[in-house]
Amino acid sequence: MEHYNMNLTLKVWKQKNKNEKGRFETFNVKNISSEMSFLEMFDVLNEQLVAEGKEPIAFDHDCREGICGMCSMYINGRAHGPWHHTTTCQLHMREYKDGDTIVVEPWRANAFPVIKDLVVDRTSFDRIIQAGGYISVNTGNAVDANALPIDKQRADESFAAATCIGCGACVAACPNASAMLFVSAKVSHLALLPQGEPERKMRVVNMIEQMDKEGFGSCTNIGACEAECPKGISLENIARLNREYIGATFSGSAQHE
Amino acid sequence: MTLNSKIPAGPLETKWEKYKSTCKLVNPANKRQLEVIVIGTGLAGASAAASLGEMGYKVKAFCFQDSPRRAHSIAAQGGINAAKNYQNDGDSTYRLFYDTIKGGDYRSREGNVYRLASVSSNIIDQCVAQGVPFAREYGGLLSNRSFGGTQVQRTFYAAGQTGQQLLIGAYQALERQIALGNVKMYSRHEMLEIVMIDGKARGIIARDLVSGKLERHFGHAVLLCSGGYGNVFYLSTNAMGSNVTAIWKAHKQGAYFGNPCYTQIHPTCIPVSGDHQSKLTLMSESLRNDGRIWVPKEKGDTRKPNEIPEEERDYYLERRYPAFGNLVPRDVASRAAKERCDAGYGVGSSKQAVYLDFASAIMRYGKVEAGKKGVENVDDATIKQMGDEVVKEKYGNLFEMYEKITGEDPYKVPMRIYPAVHYTMGGLWVDYELMTNVPGLYSLGEANFSDHGANRLGASALMQGLADGYFVIPYTLGNNLADDIRTKAIPTDHPAFMAAEKEVSDRINRLMNIKGKESVESFHKRLGKIMWDKCGMARNAKGLQEAIEEIKALRKEFWSNVFIPGDINEYNPELDKAGRVADFIELGELMCVDALHRNESCGGHFREEYQTEDGEALRQDDQYMYVAAWEYKGDSNFELHKEELNYEVVHPSQRSYK
Repeated sequence: MEHYNMNLTLKVWKQKNKNEKGRFETFNVKNISSEMSFLEMFDVLNEQLVAEGKEPIAFDHDCREGICGMCSMYINGRAHGPWHHTTTCQLHMREYKDGDTIVVEPWRANAFPVIKDLVVDRTSFDRIIQAGGYISVNTGNAVDANALPIDKQRADESFAAATCIGCGACVAACPNASAMLFVSAKVSHLALLPQGEPERKMRVVNMIEQMDKEGFGSCTNIGACEAECPKGISLENIARLNREYIGATFSGSAQHE
Repeated sequence: MTLNSKIPAGPLETKWEKYKSTCKLVNPANKRQLEVIVIGTGLAGASAAASLGEMGYKVKAFCFQDSPRRAHSIAAQGGINAAKNYQNDGDSTYRLFYDTIKGGDYRSREGNVYRLASVSSNIIDQCVAQGVPFAREYGGLLSNRSFGGTQVQRTFYAAGQTGQQLLIGAYQALERQIALGNVKMYSRHEMLEIVMIDGKARGIIARDLVSGKLERHFGHAVLLCSGGYGNVFYLSTNAMGSNVTAIWKAHKQGAYFGNPCYTQIHPTCIPVSGDHQSKLTLMSESLRNDGRIWVPKEKGDTRKPNEIPEEERDYYLERRYPAFGNLVPRDVASRAAKERCDAGYGVGSSKQAVYLDFASAIMRYGKVEAGKKGVENVDDATIKQMGDEVVKEKYGNLFEMYEKITGEDPYKVPMRIYPAVHYTMGGLWVDYELMTNVPGLYSLGEANFSDHGANRLGASALMQGLADGYFVIPYTLGNNLADDIRTKAIPTDHPAFMAAEKEVSDRINRLMNIKGKESVESFHKRLGKIMWDKCGMARNAKGLQEAIEEIKALRKEFWSNVFIPGDINEYNPELDKAGRVADFIELGELMCVDALHRNESCGGHFREEYQTEDGEALRQDDQYMYVAAWEYKGDSNFELHKEELNYEVVHPSQRSYK
């Protein structure tokens, strides 16, 4: 693969904290290598700003291998940028060419208030998990792991749903800022396993209730969430969530705890 | 102080059972009065916080990330070991114990390692009960694979995302306890000091990373589960935020640091592409199950890999280690790669890489598939396509990640890989109860030094983190807190809390007021270069002596010329990082001191002066069969304490994987 260098113009959202108004600021970066990751390009920009005695741009990131779910960034109108099934940290600069302008914004949703610049508060996701995204089994309660065989296809489907990294791209991509894909991934992960069965109905009802309480929007079947999900979480999970929810509320046995 | 490891007396097989049935208990009413602080929410921290919450303790958990689910355990790929013997291939608790002791090059405690092996099965049971979707066979039972340094299949996995699935399991258990009010979670918080009262750890000073405010928190006990310190090398497979700060602060408060120089360099990582590199990415060790490692037989061969015929390739691991081949332990595989590259056989533009090739595995699997489907007379292209599918099912996400980073398709051209810093076996010295030498202060998971000796086997980090959190600390903490039931919560306006907070606040002010010219990042890079060049994969006395002087100078320069923008009382990642880098610099010096004092090679510690004729690590058992536990005595002043290692069951020998 041929490597090359490029100069870029960046229009980046700057916001001091959640109370102050934000605005776009323009920055220029030079000699960016096509081998860099998108966040390494931001490292270069931040080093440049620090050298000028200015404050760097705040952005969330940690593992830089696409699994922790901490990086965000809405790049040229797309959550995690243009690459399919890719988090921002795995997007590489060979996507861009010399002279390009790139617009970078934070996730925008009422349930994800801005902390600073590109950093948002996603603790609403944790609270949705607290509402029921678990199996109630205390340490030491378990039977032998092979006591209960699980159909491979079902286990694989459950795993596929469980690969959600909780980054919030689905919410950022949705015009309604709905969290249905995130919630459906967790509900599916657990509903597909026999271990999740006892709490199945209660779980879906409580998680949906918390989701609404957090101020996420409704799902109108647009599908932007699936298209932008870096882990390829399928819309089928939302269909399953709806079935689970209807099943739970009609049966009348769902309880709030 | 003499170090008492508190290993229970009696035969190896019964030590833990005996401990569990005789340790002191705390009754439920008293548990509700006892407060426990947990730092870090990776596998060790999340499993400990959740389990202790379930038991009824009042827990406060802290992480610097925005959510406990982000801790770097999430990035572990390959799997978790357990002595289930589901494959009927002769595995047992003893064999897992033996492999771990041998893999660690006879530098770990028999008692600890046996306990680890014996609780390994419980971990798998617990995780399945929580809903961890491990890989399964068509019959619905759990699947296993092989990992380096073993000859059985005992590794449980969830594609290449085992760490993610295990952490999500622990995270969900933790969130459940948060919902029940048993655990209070403080995310985007960083621990910056241990508060000592009457010789015991009784709390912490933490900084809210969003507001910048300092907070005082009381705990009857403090558990440090803050992970490893590989980022001292700047480039490592650790997350950007992984740091030594929590355990370094504890070290400076009196906790001994065990075997700081034992660093694991993982053999299969994506090579460095340039100066801009911010981190290195691991390619799971499980790839060595099917991938074959080679370099050209010709020095400086510039042909493309696919143009080099089979007979002109040197599969050097298979050549040197016929019994284990590509599945030798990590330290052995890493050194062998370095040896070939240093000798001029490296590949790629940097020449600091070797090939990891799946071509023969793809064809092998393709033929099996063709056989299953009963198709005959198929051409190679069809077989390759079928083989690609099988390899995709096993390693698809890893191949995808490789392609995203390098822009090359590993189904078509061999991967280029090179060793990178991955794990630190060293950490806070702890006894059998996971308590440091400071009463009330515990350390779990990668943050402690126990169990892996001088080299960790693949798929054993997840095992140890969860063993410590789910199955060890629930017993050992109670045994100690039973004596503390009459201690009332100490108000945080106690003078010790106030003094500790002032100490932290002064230090932050000092950092901000340097107002120098050089960025934090730049100092971190410079430290990393010294460490990698002189305390990395191979070390020698001269280099280490130089490194110590260079680090001292770097430290002086840091404290007079670092520039931190922004303010104290706001979200300021540059300030957070400055504090961490300042601690890494001090730690780097201790690592070099430890590496210099250990005049032998063992596991991940390779001293060039001590090697066999064919380049294997040469231990000096008569002089160094001990844990080096370092006490902090002030700036650049560390005192060595030794914990002798006694082998009652296993007889240490020269490790051989040939």
